[in-house]
Amino acid sequence: MAKVVSIKRGLWEQLYLPELVRGVGITLKHFFVNTFGSKEIVTVRYPEEKREYPPRFRGVHRLMKREDGSVRCVACMMCSTICPAQCIYIVAGERGDGTAIEKVPVSFDIDELICVVCGMCVEACPCDAIRMDTGRHYPPVDRRDQAFMQKEDLLAAGGPNVAVQGGAGPDWRESYRPLGSDRQIYDREGKLAKQIKGS
Amino acid sequence: MFAIIVAALIKLVILLAFAISLAAVLTWMERRQSAMMQDRIGPERANLLPPRPGQVLGRLRLFGLVHPIADALKLAAKEDFVPPKAHRVLYAIAPILTLVPVLLVFAVIPFGPPVCMGALGAKAPDLAQCTRVELLQVAHLDIGLLFVFAIASLSAYGAALAGWASNSSYGLLGGMRATAQMFSYEITMGMTVMGAFLVYGTLEPMAIVQKQATFSQWGIVLQPLGFILFFVAAIAETKRAPFDLPEGESEILGFFVEYSGARFMMFYLGEFVEIVFAGCMITTIFLGGWQLPGLMADGLHWFGTVFSMPHWLVVLVQMATFMAKVFLCCFLQLAIRWSVPRMRYDQLMKLGWKGLLPASILNVVITAGVVLWSQAQVLPR
Repeated sequence: MAKVVSIKRGLWEQLYLPELVRGVGITLKHFFVNTFGSKEIVTVRYPEEKREYPPRFRGVHRLMKREDGSVRCVACMMCSTICPAQCIYIVAGERGDGTAIEKVPVSFDIDELICVVCGMCVEACPCDAIRMDTGRHYPPVDRRDQAFMQKEDLLAAGGPNVAVQGGAGPDWRESYRPLGSDRQIYDREGKLAKQIKGS
Repeated sequence: MFAIIVAALIKLVILLAFAISLAAVLTWMERRQSAMMQDRIGPERANLLPPRPGQVLGRLRLFGLVHPIADALKLAAKEDFVPPKAHRVLYAIAPILTLVPVLLVFAVIPFGPPVCMGALGAKAPDLAQCTRVELLQVAHLDIGLLFVFAIASLSAYGAALAGWASNSSYGLLGGMRATAQMFSYEITMGMTVMGAFLVYGTLEPMAIVQKQATFSQWGIVLQPLGFILFFVAAIAETKRAPFDLPEGESEILGFFVEYSGARFMMFYLGEFVEIVFAGCMITTIFLGGWQLPGLMADGLHWFGTVFSMPHWLVVLVQMATFMAKVFLCCFLQLAIRWSVPRMRYDQLMKLGWKGLLPASILNVVITAGVVLWSQAQVLPR
């Protein structure tokens, strides 16, 4: 139900002129305060002054690096699958250095003009490889093809990430030592292969 | 003969330079002042010199005073578009018809005191003894203010023709509104000034100003109701908020919708020259024109002491007083324009015909009664 609010106007208000003078007085007060007094101007002069973004602001994407400087992404396609705008294009390739990490993106392109900046790729990433914490907007571009960010561009803003990835490696059964308990390791046939003392 | 023409030309140049440059400054002030009133910054980016390396803003920005120049250059460089079915002759004449009458009426505005040309350095020269007295007024017309009303009415034709000749229904509606509004409020204006005529007994602006020598003789003191009515009617005549019905971005766009480039600039400049002219009229009739309270022919009489001044300095101070008063009036008009919401068209007509016009007639009747009564006191029976 709409509530009807009736404003009571007396003769003084209906005369219009005194209320007009009052209104002009208010605006003139603002004028003089802003021109000569303590300036209460709310405008941000954009290119020179920038408003600080909140810490969880989602900006341009970046790809994080391992300690050796290679890309953290393992081309699992989670981000490109969940992306509602379908703007992430990944071509997976073989990493081939014998470690537990087998896949690597050969190319990793994001079309920043299609991106809706929802942040779901960051949520979906199991490796903490893609982030949107650069704090920058995507800059304006002149041509359509300039709006693509490629793997190199994404890596350029990326930093090292200290989280251990890929577990302990292919021989994790040997190195796995839960604290304070012994552990038996069985081989594929099911026979006891090794007894590890808890540390 | 030649000297008279040269003198008139010099006065014309001074007055028009003042009026047009103030109008140009007002286009900037309108934006900057409104910004300050609304806690914004407003235009201040246009610059005369490129920025220093590593900086974004250019140099010589002069608080944004470069913007009117930039606007004029931009508008002059725009395409001069004529709608295909427009009446070409009237379409071309209309902007001239709005701008030229507004500039013409400045002729009778006195922007300074009578100057005794032979005795500029003397102290308080007797004007009756002077061989050549130059009035700081382009045309000394006995019908002064009637001339103003006769010529200023012509700019209604400009608005009406602009709307009609551009062959656009929006333009036509705007033109009709402008015509109706200007005619309605001109009556109030004329009636209001009538009160001032009765008080000062003359139509000649210079004489009106000379009769406002002390503050208690100013029009705003003798005719307070007339001042308010005239101010309101003058704002309505300039077709600006709260009476900017002839143009409305959301409904009819205005009588100059179809105009662009230099022709649009004439409408735009005309509007601001009208503001300056309204300020000049208010100053002349109600605010004592070039009279500064306490400033006599021999110097300033303030706080019981006399600061004596030569004739030329008195003239200059009085000219500056006039210009400052006009500027103040313009400032006030802009402040009202940015404070008050605009009216509906029927409210505008209601205010004009049912509010201001009866009030101005009442003002004339009361003023006439008081003037008659005071004359009866003085005159022998």
